Amino acid sequence: MTAIVTAEGLGKSFGRRGSTSPPVLDGLDLELQEGAVLALLGPNGAGKTTTVRILSTLLKPDAGRATVGGFDVVRDARRVREIISLTGQQVAVDDKLSGAENLTMMGRLAHLPRRVVRDRVAELLTAFDLADAASRHVGTWSGGMRRRLDLAAGLLTRPRVMFLDEPTTGLDPRSRQALWDVVRGVVADGTSVLLTTQYLEEADRLAQRIALVDGGRIVADGTPAQLKRQVGEAGVELTLAAAADVERVAAALAGATVDGARVRVPTDGSVAHVRSVLSLVEDTGVAPEHWEVRAPSLDDVFLTLTGHAGQEHPARTTGVAA
Amino acid sequence: MSHVLSDVSTMTTRGLRLVSRDADAMITAVVLPVIILLMFVLVFGGALDTGTEYINYVTPGVILLAAGFGAANTAMAVERDMSGGMVDRLRSMPVSSWTVLSGHVVASLVKNLVTTAIVFGVSILLGFRPAATALEWLAAVGMILLFVGWITWLAAFVGVLVRSPDAAGGFSFFVMFLPYVSSAFVPVDTLPGWLRGFAEHQPVTPVIETVRGLLAGDVAGAGGTAPGDVAALAITWCVGLGLVFAVAAGVAFRARR
Ligand SMILES: Nc1ncnc2c1ncn2[C@@H]1O[C@H](COP(=O)(O)OP(=O)(O)OP(=O)(O)O)[C@@H](O)[C@H]1O
Ligand SMILES: [Mg+2]
Repeated sequence: MTAIVTAEGLGKSFGRRGSTSPPVLDGLDLELQEGAVLALLGPNGAGKTTTVRILSTLLKPDAGRATVGGFDVVRDARRVREIISLTGQQVAVDDKLSGAENLTMMGRLAHLPRRVVRDRVAELLTAFDLADAASRHVGTWSGGMRRRLDLAAGLLTRPRVMFLDEPTTGLDPRSRQALWDVVRGVVADGTSVLLTTQYLEEADRLAQRIALVDGGRIVADGTPAQLKRQVGEAGVELTLAAAADVERVAAALAGATVDGARVRVPTDGSVAHVRSVLSLVEDTGVAPEHWEVRAPSLDDVFLTLTGHAGQEHPARTTGVAA
Repeated sequence: MSHVLSDVSTMTTRGLRLVSRDADAMITAVVLPVIILLMFVLVFGGALDTGTEYINYVTPGVILLAAGFGAANTAMAVERDMSGGMVDRLRSMPVSSWTVLSGHVVASLVKNLVTTAIVFGVSILLGFRPAATALEWLAAVGMILLFVGWITWLAAFVGVLVRSPDAAGGFSFFVMFLPYVSSAFVPVDTLPGWLRGFAEHQPVTPVIETVRGLLAGDVAGAGGTAPGDVAALAITWCVGLGLVFAVAAGVAFRARR
């Protein structure tokens, strides 16, 4: 596998000359392999958008270098622009144009032949479930529809690299699912995708590799499974009503850790082990308020490695005590 | 390079659609100039003595004033592009910076052509009697478009620089000022000395004199200069300023982040 996007030691600050504002990017390195999806995951202000803007030639880095398709993003910006598409964090559509007019314009600017533009526009409007509204001014559309149109505009050409900056923010679950399908489709066609997201689930579902960004650098990087493993194993978590209960339950369970009203015991997740844990709890006579088997989630990774919480709840298997 | 024409035409189509669907811009382009014309002719016309029928005198000035107001709309449209996500997307595509801006400029030229036709039409209904030949008409319209060109490039430059729609809208004060302090509405020798100095050495005056002269059937010189010299001065002003602001707008567009 070869890297199609690389960044080495990217640095960027926005402070005026001489000011001491902390850098927004501070030695950021990343690599996107050809044909893969890389998710940049990070809290607000981490530097995700700044990274994407540098990689898509909109912004010059103060330090470091980056290449896309082997071209330097500063020196060969024009060559880079020929092989990428960018869907920025801000929706980029004209409210006074219809959906079809918006897409047609982008297709013409991408220098596709008229016939190809026409077919591709119809195809994308259908794929994004926008065909019915296609001839209405986009200003009358819902936020989610506009976002979908924005994404469609990035797909008119078949770019070698697609940059998606928080592509599903503001989308309902069905539209989000549809977008994921579209991304998987373009990846199957050979496009490499770099996306930023605050949704852990999105990174988990779409990306082969996840890079955690915090304070302008990558603080962790790996496959979703590798990252989760860094945080440890699954556990049975019990939430208890009284402090005395916490002590009783913790004493009954070997290897238990206590965090406030919560007691956690590592588990391999098997029915037999979970059942043995639960019967030990039952023997103490304490009825937990709530219990669950909790797999390590990217949320934990986030929390452990950045000290900030992520935004979405991890997938859990939940049970409620009798 | 081979794509420049097609890009400009795509962006012009966009610009024209945006303008024609923008109620504000359409009122500025169609209704406002007619109101200004009526106001000057019917309200001020009786009081002003310009040596000729006032409507003959003032019609070119109304057109240039309208071009200024229209340019303010262009500044706002460019600002909207810059502050929305549109410019990011366009700058990430292999499309040159000037293409994006020139779409607005060409759309502005087309829009002003329509405004010009409307103002001339209404003016003729009100008694404007130009003595121009077909060729002189063509030259007069050409002169107007050169003026529209530079002031629109200036507007595009302002649109790239400013950071809010209000600031872009403020451009209209500037463009109001230029024609008012020129020979557009009153002869410059009626102005106080210091204003006259400015009025005689700013682009609107030679442009107005040239258009007025062409429509009257001769390129009359202002203040005793030879015919033709005024036209040359007007063209130099417009082309020069147009180039300066086109380059400035393009550079600012690239530098903006
Ligand atoms: N043009 C700019 N001028 C000044 N500061 C900027 C500029 N662009 C970004 N910043 C600052 O850089 C930091 C990182 O911004 P960036 O947009 O890259 O974060 P992000 O990870 O995309 O955050 P979010 O999840 O909120 O989109 C922020 O503190 C932001 O205020
Ligand atoms: Mg961002």
